[in-house]
This record gives sequence, C-alpha cells and structure tokens, in this order.
Amino acid sequence: MDSKLAIAKSEPIWNTNVRVISIIAGLIILLFALPLFGMNSFYLHLFIMIFMHAVMAQSWNVIAGFSGQISLGHGAFFGIGAYATSFFYMEYGVTPWISIFFGMLVSAIFAVLIGIPMLRLSGHYFAIATLLIGISFQVVFQRWDLVGAASGLWVTMTPEDSWSALQFHSSKAPYYYVFLIFFLITFFLVWLLSRSKLGYRLRAVRDDPQAALSLCINVSNYKIIAYVISAIIMAPMGSLFAQYILIIDPDRVFNIEISIIVLLITVLGGIGNVWGPIIGAAILVPISEYSRIYLGGTGGAVDLIFYGLILMIICIFKPNGLISFVPKDILERKKQR
Amino acid sequence: MTTEIIIQAMVTGLMMGLIYALIAAGLSLIFGLMEIVNFAHGEHLMLSMFSSFWLWSLFGLDPLFSIPITILLLAFCGIITHYFLIRYILKAKMLIQICATFGLSIFIRSIAQLLWTPDFRNVDKPLLEGRIEIGSVFIGQPQLYASLVCLLAFFGLYWFVTKTETGLALQATAQDRHAAEILGIPSNKMFAIGWAIGLGCVGVAGGMMANYFFIFTDVGINFALFAFVAVALGGFGSIIGCLYAGIIIGLVESLGGLLIDPSFKLLYVFAIYLLVVIYKPQGLFGRY
Repeated sequence: MDSKLAIAKSEPIWNTNVRVISIIAGLIILLFALPLFGMNSFYLHLFIMIFMHAVMAQSWNVIAGFSGQISLGHGAFFGIGAYATSFFYMEYGVTPWISIFFGMLVSAIFAVLIGIPMLRLSGHYFAIATLLIGISFQVVFQRWDLVGAASGLWVTMTPEDSWSALQFHSSKAPYYYVFLIFFLITFFLVWLLSRSKLGYRLRAVRDDPQAALSLCINVSNYKIIAYVISAIIMAPMGSLFAQYILIIDPDRVFNIEISIIVLLITVLGGIGNVWGPIIGAAILVPISEYSRIYLGGTGGAVDLIFYGLILMIICIFKPNGLISFVPKDILERKKQR
Repeated sequence: MTTEIIIQAMVTGLMMGLIYALIAAGLSLIFGLMEIVNFAHGEHLMLSMFSSFWLWSLFGLDPLFSIPITILLLAFCGIITHYFLIRYILKAKMLIQICATFGLSIFIRSIAQLLWTPDFRNVDKPLLEGRIEIGSVFIGQPQLYASLVCLLAFFGLYWFVTKTETGLALQATAQDRHAAEILGIPSNKMFAIGWAIGLGCVGVAGGMMANYFFIFTDVGINFALFAFVAVALGGFGSIIGCLYAGIIIGLVESLGGLLIDPSFKLLYVFAIYLLVVIYKPQGLFGRY
C-alpha cells in the first residue's frame, strides 16, 4: 500500500505521455502562428468564437461534468461578466483589464448567493431553479435603468486601437490573441483542477453523494465551490465578448441560447472530460457560423434545429460524447506499474 | 385599491391556475411514471395551440370542436416522443435525460419557428366570446370555460388514474417497474400510455387557450416554467398536488402583478418555488 502511494506521489503532475505533449505543444504553436499567415477577418472571427465557446462550455463542464449539477441558466454569469466590465469601464473609466476581475468578482458573489440556497437542491429541482434564474436575470436587466434597461449598454469607443481599453478596430488579430490566451490559461487551470484533490472530490460528489459524505466531503460546500469556479470561468468571456462586439443588451448576453449552446457543446464533446468542450466547440461553432451565413435569412432558427437534433442523437447513441471515439490510451497517462 | 380589483385579480388568477394545474398534471404523470422531466412540455403546449389554430384557419373548425382532434394529435405526438426518444434514455443518467428532452424542446421550437415564423396569431371570432359580469367582477367567457374544461379534464384524469384498471396499472408501474412487469404489466406500453395521456392533458389546455390567447412559437416557455414550479410545489409525481399548486401559482402571479409590479411576475413564482423546495423539498403533497 505504502509503496503504491509513494509511486503515486512521485509521479510528475505532467503527463508522461511524450507524444501527447508534443502534439499539444505543436497545436499551440500553430494557433499562435495562424494569424501571421494572413487569415481574413471571417476566419479570425470563427476562431475567436471557437475559443470563447470552448471556455464557456468548459465553465459549464466544471459544474455539470465534474460536480454533476445541471445548470440550465448558465448564461446568467456570461451576462453578469459582460455588464460588470462594461459598466465599470463606462462609468468609472476602469480599464477592461482590471474590470474583467470585477466581473469575475461580481459573478463569484452571485454564484455564492445563488449557490447557497440552490445547491441544497439536486437533480431536477436544481435544473429547474437554474432555468428560472437564467430567465429572471434577463427580466431584471431588461428593466434596470442604471444599466440601460432593454436597450443595453453601448461601450464607449476609443478613436484608435488601444490595448488599455481593449478595443481594436483595424484588425481582429489582437482579439484573437487575447481570446487564445484566455482559452489556454482556462484549459490549463481546469486541467490542473481535474487532477487535483479538489477535482477528485467533486467527482466523488457527482458519482455518489452519500459515499462522499461518509468520507467527510462536505457535499454542498463542494457543489458551491464548483459553482463559483464555473462562474469565475464564465464571467471573463462575457467581459471579452462585450469588448469584442462593443454593445451589450439583455436579449443578447442573457439569451437562453447561451445556456443551451454551452450545454450542447459539452455534451457533444464529452461531458466530464477536460478536452470535450474543445471538440464540441470546434465542431458546433463552425456549423453555427456557416448556417448563419447560408441560411441566416430564413427564420433564423436553422442552427437551433441542428442543435436540438444533435443533442437528442448524442443522448441516444453516444451519451459520453464524441471524446469516446478517441482511443483511451492516448488520453490516459502511461501506467507506471 | 378597492376590494373589487383584488377580487377581480383573484378570479383571474384562479382561472389561470386551473389551466396551469392541468398542464402540470401531464408533466407530473410522466415524471411519476418514469422519473423523466419533460423539458419539452411547453413546446408540446405550443404545438397543441397551433394545431387548434391551423384546424380553425384551414378547415374553419372552431377551437371548441377541434379539441378532440387536438387531444388525439398530442397523444400521438406523445407516443412518437416515447417511441423515438424516451425509450432509449430510460436507463441513462439523469443528466442525459435532461439534455435529451431539452434537445427535443429546442428542436420543436425552432422547427416551428422555421415553418410558421415567430409571428403572433390569434383565432378570430371564436364561438366563445364576450364576458359575463357578476357584481362588479368581469369574467371573460373563453377564460371561464377554459378553466372549467381544464378542471373537468383534471378530475377525469384523476378518476382515470385512481379508478380504472389501466390507471391502476400505471400507478403500479410508477411504484415499481419490475414488480409490475412480473405481474404482467408491460412497462413499455404503460410508458407510451403515460406519454399519450400526459400530452393529451396539454392538448386540452392548449386547445381551450387557443380561444383567447395569442399563439406564437415561444408561448410555451412561461407555461412550462410555471408547470415545472407547480409540479415541484405539488410534489413530484403527485397529481392532486398539481391542482392546489396550480391554483397557488395562478393567485401569486395575478395578485403579485397587481400589488407589486406586473413585469416581475416570474420572480414571484420563482420565489415561491425556492421557498417550497428549500423548506419542504418533497413538495406540499409529495409522495417522496
């Protein structure tokens, strides 16, 4: 027993599978180099959206995949992040680089406030409550005059590109790098989380709350921690999105579609798996963007039809998501026995 | 604020509440039977309203007479839902079940938006029109009859579930699927029947509401939310609980709208939901 523990402790935190590390490193370098090859702004936009949605889905993955609580109103934190950042930027001139942290702080506070009463619920009760939360936020922001009520906030534009105001009008490449860096940081941190003690405890809470309780894991505290982490991941994406499109209104940033798509991306890619959201986002975001280009005018809901259909098909045939097609030995670290 | 206005609001809330109760009863029946929450319930309600609307607009059939057809259509829809989707996810994790019915709801809603556009429609000059006046309280006739029909359908459902042989078989399946199967009750068939009846209830509610409510593709969302709340309030799986819960929600919605601010109706109902599920998680009349 002790020797196994010693082996486990002596294992490096890094994946010893050299092949996988080199593939990932290569991909990261490729992603950094891509804009240098002169991509046009549509492809830059596509990649920005993929990064953004991957992070948003990762946020949902932390609460639903790791700790097993299904939140159907996760768009609320996206909206809170967007509003907090833009509000502090516009009213007090705080640079978005700092107000992103305000956004994270505000959503973390909201996550605690929402989480304490609601995470005592579980299963369907929690899912329905979050559905109501998501819609309540939209209703409140539509009528809150301080933040522009239904017409939303128009972020003050700087005359020129500016790193301090995080606004770039001449090219999308700086946005690309900002989103890419956030994407890499988030995935690295969530990857660390997934193999930390906290990550294992969260999964214990998901798989068997009773057994977890018997091992002195405070189930509801850990659920709240997962909810807060998830909110903290979601909020900066709202902030960056607000700086990217420079206008936010309740119908856009609190849209129930956001809650739908993060769920869909994660379930498609593989729920509870760190890499699932990347696969899901890389597949779904192009479908969504292209269907908007080619089928956009015909009622506007064509991509949603696909989403619903894909979601049902995945649930029926591949409940573990597309990641289950990837051979297991690539994902797992080499056995040291 | 006079007494009449409050009475008026209470009557309106009561009539709305009876409709919520029937919608929630369908949801509760399905949940009680197989522990699956139908997140597409609102979309099924929308389908039933549209069915009523199209029967009126294409064949000139008044919503009042097309109700049997709407019920049959929705029951058929329920059987299809069970056969093509629910059957496969019965043994799946709860997360997958939620995602599947959520996917169904997105699918139905966006197909409807594509086919029928998100325009608002209503039925012109239905047979049920006008209002009656009792004292100084006005009651819209379509609303009154809709709530009465819903109440009737509710008791019909209750009678069916508690008194008939099929209803008892449904209850047996709900209590213990495997034991019921040993006694020769085919659970798969019972599930299909449950879906047919559950959505049939929605058919009644939608068909009656088509008389006076605007018909559009997002109409179901609010009703479904209130139905979820009603089911949680009444206790998951309890049918009679839905009646009381529906009435409570109707009253809270209309009195809250009158006394505080009508634009936050959803929040009052939400507050009730949170209070109940936190302090009495098994619901007011729940069997769990």
